[in-house]
Amino acid sequence: MVKLNVNGEAVDLDVEEDTPLLWALREHLDLTGTKYGCGIAQCGACAVHIDGEVVLSCALPIDSIPKGAKIVTIEGLSPKGDHPIQKAWVELDVPQCGYCQPGIIMTAAALLAKNPKPSDAEIDEAITNICRCGTYARIRQGIHRAAGRRV
Amino acid sequence: MTHTHDITRRNFIVGTAAAGAGLTLGFYAPLGGTAPLAAEQAHEVNAWVVVKPDDTVVIRIARSEMGQGTLTGLAQLVAEELECDWSKVTTEYPTPGQNLARGRVWGSFFTTGSRGIRGSHEYVRQGGAAARQLLIEAAAIRWKAEPAECQTAASVITHVPTGRTTTYGAVAGEAADLAAPFDVALKDPKDWKIAGKPLPRLDTADKVTGKQVYGTDINLPGMLNAAIKACPVFGGTLKNYDEAKVSRMPGVRKIVPVGDDAVAVVADTWWRAQKALDALPVTWDFGPNAKASSTDSAQTLRQGLEAKDAYIGNRAGDIDAALANAATRVEADYAYPHQAHATMEPMNATALWTKNKCEVWCPTQSGEAALAATARAAGLPRSRCDVYKLHLGGGFGRRGAFHDFVEQAVTIAKELPGTPVKLIWSREEDMTHDHYHPLTQARLVGALDENGDLTGLRVRISGQSIIASVMPGRMSSGADMFVFQCLAKGGDHAISYDIPNLLFDHAMHNPHVPPGFWRGVNANQNVVYMECFIDELAHAAGKDPLAFRRKLLSKNPKSLAVLDAVAERAGWDKPAQAGVGRGLAVCKAYGSYVAACAEVSLKDTRDLKIHRIVAATDPGVAVNPRQIEMQMEGSFVYGLSALLYGECTVKEGRIEQQNFDSYEVMRLAEMPQVETIVMPSGGFWGGVGEPTIAVAAPAVLNAIFAASGKRFRQVPLKNAGLRPT
Ligand code: FES
Ligand code: FES
Repeated sequence: MVKLNVNGEAVDLDVEEDTPLLWALREHLDLTGTKYGCGIAQCGACAVHIDGEVVLSCALPIDSIPKGAKIVTIEGLSPKGDHPIQKAWVELDVPQCGYCQPGIIMTAAALLAKNPKPSDAEIDEAITNICRCGTYARIRQGIHRAAGRRV
Repeated sequence: MTHTHDITRRNFIVGTAAAGAGLTLGFYAPLGGTAPLAAEQAHEVNAWVVVKPDDTVVIRIARSEMGQGTLTGLAQLVAEELECDWSKVTTEYPTPGQNLARGRVWGSFFTTGSRGIRGSHEYVRQGGAAARQLLIEAAAIRWKAEPAECQTAASVITHVPTGRTTTYGAVAGEAADLAAPFDVALKDPKDWKIAGKPLPRLDTADKVTGKQVYGTDINLPGMLNAAIKACPVFGGTLKNYDEAKVSRMPGVRKIVPVGDDAVAVVADTWWRAQKALDALPVTWDFGPNAKASSTDSAQTLRQGLEAKDAYIGNRAGDIDAALANAATRVEADYAYPHQAHATMEPMNATALWTKNKCEVWCPTQSGEAALAATARAAGLPRSRCDVYKLHLGGGFGRRGAFHDFVEQAVTIAKELPGTPVKLIWSREEDMTHDHYHPLTQARLVGALDENGDLTGLRVRISGQSIIASVMPGRMSSGADMFVFQCLAKGGDHAISYDIPNLLFDHAMHNPHVPPGFWRGVNANQNVVYMECFIDELAHAAGKDPLAFRRKLLSKNPKSLAVLDAVAERAGWDKPAQAGVGRGLAVCKAYGSYVAACAEVSLKDTRDLKIHRIVAATDPGVAVNPRQIEMQMEGSFVYGLSALLYGECTVKEGRIEQQNFDSYEVMRLAEMPQVETIVMPSGGFWGGVGEPTIAVAAPAVLNAIFAASGKRFRQVPLKNAGLRPT
């Protein structure tokens, strides 16, 4: 039995300890917003927050998660899907197929939490996720737009 | 007004409309004719339009949404003619089973070849217009008035002489009982108020909250999960496996051979299935291709550059004489590799099989082809099968002509009657069992006269035919005419230039690696060949690449217009910054006229910086200019990924690249500034998703030459040591 704190709720999971967090979220907690894209920490589709840091959940066995660590997934990012990043994404129509977007939104949200006004170079460095539809230009615009709005 | 009577219309289960985008559980639920949800509340006015009492309009979309925005564009076209309230529009996918049962009332489901809108715009608009007439007629009957006295706007019907009004929602039930109009008139695009406008997409909200359900996210009651491994060598077969080694691993339920070349593990969760599969000892018979390599294929293709026999795709004048009389003769060889689609969402399908019925949930670019694959694998007639489409996590041609993943899912589910099974391919499986961008090389020989004008061009393409492998029935006397995309005499892929003497031919060589349609298809390599070589010719003639092209385009005003547009925006007439080179490319693809101008610099013969790309398209009619811009931006990422990194190599018969660590793709930091110009000239319907991808790579290659004097003739550039910075 593994105890986790996901989106503010304490949950018990009866899974093998080497289960990657990604699959624990998707298959045991029915939180399918977090996506599988590569399984080897390359694409960022599985990005979640653990205590505010971006973590690639596909490469994180759940037994390595510190006790009491607060895990946040795309489902828990904002109560109504109204995080400034999500709002900017809607306004600019950032997603195309959308499959990579939960991971990118989580990564962008973590960037803004630490750096309210990131420069282009800082965005380049933070957003290393893969988007095969090629939404990068609007991702950059979206981050700037959301940054501009934060108090 | 004349009428035809569509008696099947009322038989349709309108309840699916209650499920909004068709992606809520209500849409999945019926496993055997469960009562439709809220049937009495939603009225099917006709096949395309369902109206609810609150004036919500559900527009049926036959083509698939995979990020390209077709869903929104098609809805705009229907809504335009329907004159409904756009703020209350939702959409749903009819199923291919329903299409079959209703005599293909929704036409083709194929979402390939940039044809989603241009292949269906007329009948979907007619669908919207017909529904509007029915709604008006219903109101007129109520009012005992003439339909001709009624007007519509934003889902409100007004009887002009009396000023009475009602809404679509109020009369939809009566409209649904009326016979369909025989003939409807369509609006002139210049009068459009919804179509033609840069409206936001209809499918964004759920994509930013994680609510969007993709195929990989399906969860049905009692569902099991499957992971699969096919023989790593194409053409090999499964010999045996040692089930006992993994059958007691946690969650494992069953191990099944799939076809003659694959094995799957079924477990309670996918992670457990994949873990057991990784531990499963498997022996393969690698078959006849066990020794095949990229080096050997390259060698064979090189021979094809000189082979005597070749299929002719385009010929004019006397090329031999032109070459013999040339003042200057220019010759160059080019090559383009195999590439994987690498959609972000790996291949997957969920199947539920019983001996009477088979249902599949999957992302597909062609619901009808998915249905055919389902029926084939299920051993049931299509009428006893159905496919529920989900928005795709990327398509790019991978999920259109091929439904290998569907056949596998059904084959596995057949071993577990009554239990839904979700099959997901690991990324490694996805990358090593794709249907790849075709492998080709080209030799181009050009003749310039003493004025530096192009008098003759010979293009020999050597290599793979997609059609020979995928649709052999479409070959014409042994030839694959689709190989000549962007080099053809006329049509959607006509060559842009007017060249008096030319000969383009194809020496076919089909390596064992299965080819497929890959966003842009043969336009990708052919426009690299053509546009880079045109640049070489301009250079040999001592002419400006823009002026050289303009002269050859004098009879092609549409191509000239897009080329001029990018040159002007890029400031071609003024020198670029020091160290920066500009490159051009132009072509006609998928019926649209496109051009690009790239600006790049190259430092230390290694560090490539793509500063900016200006791209223009004339798609004839622009249904949603904003979506077109997004497609252009995205196509450049896809095309430049291919140019910079895209290559799948073969060793011992198998693909060497297994995941994104070895198959690199462009990331945000490498994305150049892209400026788009959408310049619809009207009168025709060109494609959007693919055309601009073809000009991305050649524009950059030509800019590299302008910046550095170095001509790169092989894709990808990583093999020449170039890295984007
Ligand atoms: S799925 Fe975790 S980084 Fe790709
Ligand atoms: S939106 Fe499709 S992969 Fe990013």
